[in-house]
Amino acid sequence: MWSLAHIANEIHQWLNNTFNPTWTLIIEMVLAGVAVIGLFAALGLVLVLMERRVAAWIQIRLGPNRVGPLGLLQSMADTLKLIVKEGLTPDGADKVMFNIAPFIAMIVAMLLMAPIAFAKDFQLWDLNIGVLYVTAVSSIMVISILMAGWSSNNKYSLMGAMRSGAQIVSYELSAGLSIMTIIVLTGSLQVSDIIQAQSNGWWIFKGHLPVWISFIIFIIAVTAETNRAPFDLAEAESELTAGFHTEYSGMKFALFFLAEYINVFIVCAIGATLFLGGWMPLHFGSNNAFNNAMDYIPSSVWFFGKTFFLIFLIMWFRWTFPRLRIDQLLNLEWKYLLPISMFNLLLATAMAILGWHF
Amino acid sequence: MGPSSLIVLIIAAVAFSGIAIMLSRFVLTATKNKQKGEPYECGIPTKGKTWIQLNVGYYLFALVFLIFDVELVFLYPWAVVAKSMGWIALVEIVIFFFILFIGFLYAHRKGALKWV
Repeated sequence: MWSLAHIANEIHQWLNNTFNPTWTLIIEMVLAGVAVIGLFAALGLVLVLMERRVAAWIQIRLGPNRVGPLGLLQSMADTLKLIVKEGLTPDGADKVMFNIAPFIAMIVAMLLMAPIAFAKDFQLWDLNIGVLYVTAVSSIMVISILMAGWSSNNKYSLMGAMRSGAQIVSYELSAGLSIMTIIVLTGSLQVSDIIQAQSNGWWIFKGHLPVWISFIIFIIAVTAETNRAPFDLAEAESELTAGFHTEYSGMKFALFFLAEYINVFIVCAIGATLFLGGWMPLHFGSNNAFNNAMDYIPSSVWFFGKTFFLIFLIMWFRWTFPRLRIDQLLNLEWKYLLPISMFNLLLATAMAILGWHF
Repeated sequence: MGPSSLIVLIIAAVAFSGIAIMLSRFVLTATKNKQKGEPYECGIPTKGKTWIQLNVGYYLFALVFLIFDVELVFLYPWAVVAKSMGWIALVEIVIFFFILFIGFLYAHRKGALKWV
């Protein structure tokens, strides 16, 4: 059967037969690095184009359609343009911090790739605290944003970074609590265990009300955590020019931009893994014909399909809801989402203990 | 791949960003003038220092966040064993949440969650 895990295994076998173990490890590390960089670049290009096409589709216009077939090469052209732009460092800026910040954003985005199961048995590191790792590493993101905003020596950047910091740390709580419902139901923090627990039905189907509530809260919280509209106060164009990356230009700006889109991908991948079964195909009870037909679709297609569905949902939000004010934003989190998700966690625990999910 | 994947990922991230920035440095033709280094504040010359005191609200929210974040860390080990421990886990977490909620209400009554 053709699958990503199979290809990885073949390469591993071939390397083991050709080289000694040390060289095999080194070559595998290089291959993994190149593969992740390739995935990064591809995701950046695809997501930027997707954002623009979805926006155009919702606003009933054409969107980018000149460069390449159906505008597919538009983001390539944009990248080329950004390469020839000058990456300027303002005179008053804290130069070291200003230049380190995009690197940290990229490192965080890259580190978050480790526990994500892209397909069946295809994962960089299936560590036993996978979900905790994701929540822990993703909160480093806010440091890069604060560094960028503070070191720019620009009032807009500083305001944007502070807003972004307050927003990200606030919404991290309800995101964490909604993830917790799935951990309670599964009884494990390991990503592969969580996916395996959904082999007879995704949590969104068999978790009933508590999981639906936590799924909705999770989507709202990650939209806020990735600073996307309607929670894009941090870079509200009409108030703060571009928020924390006002002073960034050229490739450094592109790196922030890329990290932002990769983060959207990662939170959607986490959402797909926890609530929509990761790479698990859709199964309906004992309807064998249907189940077998679904099994023929490769697991990577299932994973990317679910992830891109969630990404589409988040892009849809952007053109549907107006931007919130900062007091409304904090009210929504502290007075509604946090109490609801705390209560919802108790509900989910009671349900898990009673065994009401099947 | 195991823990070594973290090293690979960090190196990959630094290499990717570094190569991208170096590449653009080789390609571009940069000029320098005085206006270029000024902060971009929509054309109006910037006034005073940037690193000033900010609204205290950010600080208050960060403090309240800290309380809840520590609670969240305590919840992770609980969540893993909650199902196997049964009702005792639920009772314990209700007590925990009750105490936490009183603290939350205190912060709310003191006006820490109100944006000023």
